[in-house]
Amino acid sequence: MKGNSYFSRKLHSLLGIIPLGGFIVVHGLTNYQAFERGPEGFAKGVETINSLPVLPLLEIFGIYLPLLFHGIYGLYVAYQSNSNTGRFQYGRNWAFTAQRVTGVITFVFVFWHVYQTRIQVYLGNITHEELGSTMNHIASSPLMFALYVIGVLAAVFHFSNGLWAFLISWGITIGPRAQRISSYICMGVFVIVSALFILSLVAFSGDEFKEAANAALTWTNIG
Amino acid sequence: MAETTTAKKTVKFIVSRQDTPDAKPYTQEFELPYRPNMNVISGLMEIQRNPVTADGSKTTPVCWESNCLEEVCGACSMVINGKPRQACSALVDQLEQPIRLEPMRTFPVVRDLVINRERMFNALKKVKAWIPIDGTYDLGPGPRMAETKRQWAYELSKCMTCGVCLESCPNVNDRNSFIGPAAISQVRLFNAHPTGEMNKEERLEALMTDGGIEGCGNSQNCVRSCPKGIPLTTSIAAMNKDTTKHLFKKWLGM
Ligand code: HEM
Ligand code: SF4
Ligand code: FES
Repeated sequence: MKGNSYFSRKLHSLLGIIPLGGFIVVHGLTNYQAFERGPEGFAKGVETINSLPVLPLLEIFGIYLPLLFHGIYGLYVAYQSNSNTGRFQYGRNWAFTAQRVTGVITFVFVFWHVYQTRIQVYLGNITHEELGSTMNHIASSPLMFALYVIGVLAAVFHFSNGLWAFLISWGITIGPRAQRISSYICMGVFVIVSALFILSLVAFSGDEFKEAANAALTWTNIG
Repeated sequence: MAETTTAKKTVKFIVSRQDTPDAKPYTQEFELPYRPNMNVISGLMEIQRNPVTADGSKTTPVCWESNCLEEVCGACSMVINGKPRQACSALVDQLEQPIRLEPMRTFPVVRDLVINRERMFNALKKVKAWIPIDGTYDLGPGPRMAETKRQWAYELSKCMTCGVCLESCPNVNDRNSFIGPAAISQVRLFNAHPTGEMNKEERLEALMTDGGIEGCGNSQNCVRSCPKGIPLTTSIAAMNKDTTKHLFKKWLGM
């Protein structure tokens, strides 16, 4: 892409919302079933997703490849930026730096989280049905719980603040008033989506998700 | 400021010095007699007259640039107490002391406070920030600009290429080829002009290349720093809209 970073940056921006932003919202809603409806609700949610047609293709083209492109190019974008929040202590400038820091945290967190869950399913160490107890195992360790809260908050902030930036990058919010109103809406998105994830983590740490914990024994060494 | 026993009021400056473009910067302190209504430039002129540091040793006069002395040329831009601004409109009475002067290091430092802003002029060339009207024959008068639009466009035309917005931008640095906010806003200005509009695609396409509009990361420091109050972030978002439209039009072959 030498010579024209315009197209790579546009693609990077688009992928951040479609599909990645869409995915994070759906993911939050599915997990929230664990809080709302307990293990059965969560299992149903997982089942619904598993019954989608051409799931492997959806996963590859809808999640893995966009995530790799956005994540790796995002690391490059972050490398190209300075942080001057010491000299310019404006809220938006803090958000600029936070967008980059949370991007890096999300990068690490997402790979670690996918390794603990989806990759274990691929490796045959656990089945899809056991993901609830896998999460119970993770969420009931205080250290893991804290790391997950940090990872989730970073990813959701990155998505919400990214949505605000996306609306500017594509010329949708132009004037200061439009950008201010969109920042309130994006802050609302941050609070709501964060709540979905944190409440589901709380639910996962509960005892209802403990059954079938034996099956999780096989991978305790990864935790 | 602690008063001296003689009760003579003085002004303290801490100036970043650099002898050659590659030399290591160092700082020197100066204590000057206070005069009413002093600005940073008159302080620098005093140092030029009497280049003696606060501890009494003789030194070379500090180099700086200035022209208009009324904040319209941009030549005297420097970092004063941590913020990039014009030295001629920086009044000593309104500054916290000691007054710290540094060059805008986003640009190559030539000497002391003198910087080279050539990259900004290259950026204006890149985006074709002019209106081509030269031809081999008289093209006659162009279309008229509505007065309401002229008044609005006048605000954008106040840019003096001072470089303050580039200095405040975290994405203008040597790892990044971003041309900076000023040139993007100039595209908006020239594309708004009824004659300039005839070449608007050329300017949009220039923004859609490496280092163009994609370099903006929305820190929005520029709009808060511009001494002329130019609505830079609105200009950038408006050009985001126009380049996006242009992108789709080209794809669809329209
Ligand atoms: C995997 C690691 C990731 C890294 C390293 C990363 C990095 C970045 C960086 C540095 C930016 C700032 C671009 C700019 O403002 O100029 C950005 C923007 C963005 N990111 Fe990410 N990101 C990652 C994951 C994600 C995920 C999972 C999502 C979706 C939930 C996401 C959504 C967005 C959005 C919507 C934007 C705004 C795009 C724009 O500026 O127009 N990112 N990302
Ligand atoms: S836009 Fe404002 S800050 Fe930037 S160069 Fe022009 S006058 Fe200076
Ligand atoms: S000397 Fe022209 S802006 Fe200060």
